[in-house]
Amino acid sequence: MKEESPSPKRVGLFVTCLVDLFRPSVGFASVKLLEDAGCTVEVPMAQTCCGQPAYNSGDKNDAAAIARQTIEAFEEFDYVVAPSGSCAGMLKKHYPSLLKGTSFEARAEAFSGRVHELVSFLVDVLGVTSVPVSHDGSVTYHDSCSGLRELGIQKQPRQLLSSVDGLELKEMQNSDVCCGFGGTFCVKYPDISNKIVEEKTASIESAGAGTLLAGDLGCLMNMAGKLHRQGSKVEVRHVAEVLAGMTEKPAIGGGGR
Amino acid sequence: MEIQSPQFKHKARKAIADEQLQRAMGKAKIGFVGKRKKAVDALPEFDELRSSARAIKDHTLEHLDLYLEAYERKVIASGGRVHWAETAQDARQAVLDICRAAGARTVTKGKSMITEEIALNDFLEKEGVRPVETDLGEYIIQLRGEHPSHIIGPALHLNKEQVEEDFRRVHTELPPARDLSQPESLLGEARHILRPQYFQADVGITGANFLIAETGTSIIVTNEGNGDLTQTLPRIHIVVASIEKVVPTLEDASQILRVLARSATGQDMSVYTTFSTGPRRPDDPDGPDEYHVILLDNGRSSMLGTEFHEMLRCIRCGACMNHCPVYHAVGGHAYGWVYPGPMGSVLTPSLVGVDKAGHLPNASTFCGRCESVCPMQIPLPRMMRHWREREFERGLNPATQRFGLGFWAFFARRPKLYRLATSMAIPTLSGLAGRARWFRSLPFAGGWTRHRDLPAPESRTFMQQWRDREVGKQERGAA
Repeated sequence: MKEESPSPKRVGLFVTCLVDLFRPSVGFASVKLLEDAGCTVEVPMAQTCCGQPAYNSGDKNDAAAIARQTIEAFEEFDYVVAPSGSCAGMLKKHYPSLLKGTSFEARAEAFSGRVHELVSFLVDVLGVTSVPVSHDGSVTYHDSCSGLRELGIQKQPRQLLSSVDGLELKEMQNSDVCCGFGGTFCVKYPDISNKIVEEKTASIESAGAGTLLAGDLGCLMNMAGKLHRQGSKVEVRHVAEVLAGMTEKPAIGGGGR
Repeated sequence: MEIQSPQFKHKARKAIADEQLQRAMGKAKIGFVGKRKKAVDALPEFDELRSSARAIKDHTLEHLDLYLEAYERKVIASGGRVHWAETAQDARQAVLDICRAAGARTVTKGKSMITEEIALNDFLEKEGVRPVETDLGEYIIQLRGEHPSHIIGPALHLNKEQVEEDFRRVHTELPPARDLSQPESLLGEARHILRPQYFQADVGITGANFLIAETGTSIIVTNEGNGDLTQTLPRIHIVVASIEKVVPTLEDASQILRVLARSATGQDMSVYTTFSTGPRRPDDPDGPDEYHVILLDNGRSSMLGTEFHEMLRCIRCGACMNHCPVYHAVGGHAYGWVYPGPMGSVLTPSLVGVDKAGHLPNASTFCGRCESVCPMQIPLPRMMRHWREREFERGLNPATQRFGLGFWAFFARRPKLYRLATSMAIPTLSGLAGRARWFRSLPFAGGWTRHRDLPAPESRTFMQQWRDREVGKQERGAA
């Protein structure tokens, strides 16, 4: 961790490919949260994806090339922040092991120490304890796997959500069980993925909340896509949208039905 | 057992459509997860115990040759015999030779995954020796001609109505009007049928949860007491165990026992923890006349020192599969060989080859729940990824997958080209969705849209919008 400096913290935003392509709102919500917390935010144009599709498919060469490219693009920042536990986990936990024994090893280690997932960065590093926004309605929160088990993200989003005026958190059963997304898993094994997400949407529906939140767009698109196919009225958003008070835009897929 | 893992996808689909199976799995997952959590929550030092259990196994594997030789010396000193078996065939033959020498017609068996691994029952039957499974779950699946679907609950895939049907079909000598509606009545009937078998058997075969190097003792952990009867009543006791079961001392075994049952069934300890050391001594009240240990390698020694080394810490508690969303969805049989769930997805390719078991390490979301509950802290997702790397290196993935990945990587490694391509494709895709904002189907996205809708991209990419914002800022600054 860097020493506290009087000048504003320079954050490089790792947008993540899904947010870049499918839901830029999450990126702008992340920028707002970071700026409100006193950071200056920059977005290096040399970023693409964290490399998980290659890494988790056994393609180490492409994954390592993408890792080196990402490290080079973000090395100059005090912090690297991503609105995704999965991508942040890749940058923080897996780049060092991927680049171990190469000339990038030391750089990957140093880089790893500066990488954070958005919500845990706000709470654990910047000491944010509340957000000055309101949300009229009930939400339920899904703990995405990598964020939960690789980075220990569980209390932080709930802490900030509890400070949102008018918001009621209705916990679902088994919020810590996988939604069945798993990156390329969901298209390689669609039937198994479907069986798992069906269990998840059943838990979501029983929670009885109007909105489903999580910190990873991949999981959110999976759950939203299933909920929509099932005709559910539950709206789906990234947790950053609610925390930034930016829910004026339609929910994922343009709102419930 | 013949490997059916190449048919994983097909078997998984069938399993998902099987209502009986889904009903059984639904009950099982709630039970195991809740019980483990209760046991672990009640023991504040559980995580420290995990670390120390892991350290014991790590140390043992570091010096596996020394501990195995020490163990062998102690077994011999206590009057037993050790048979080293490099392959499954060697192990089967060693069992058969002992049975033949004793003129054995019937063998009773305690629950043992290693004898499943070497497909012992089929072999013995072909050679004219009748194996009788005495663990209730194993007995049930033997009646059905099935294999275990779970390493500690072999009949986990069944509901009690199915068992009742099997008992009525096979136990025709019993009154047809008897009540078999309760689990207890089923257990009572199995016990009644099995009891005389122990006395008829010439040989009793068990596995081992631990082999103790300092004493030459083998330990089995059971809940039904059938293991004890299997190993004490017949004239000959054969222990079939794989080489990684050895630990240095009794103290080490008792440390690991503290995490084993808690992780498996949520019990503090299993009902029986049975120690056997050598054959019956002159002043012992009971016990076998001969005590044999068959030590199976079957590919394990070639895992030592590789990226799969840590898999050899596994103590077969089943916690990984009990917490696995994929296992819950498809059950154990879909995996197509002896070991299902996350531990099977790592071990099966090691033992039978990744060319045959390639689906298994791929069929994981990498949710990491298995590793988080593994009492031996085995990095199961990491090792599944290593298998994917081996497959990729050998070009074993399907061509379409490799092409798709290569296409994507080409752009992902060229940020400027990637920007250009996505800034054209995304607004187009967004426009295609029209007012619905959802795709119900899309070319090349069938895997996704078969079961769920795809939300359309909002509009332009974040990067496009961000660049506009930055340019706007600069212009405002310049004005």
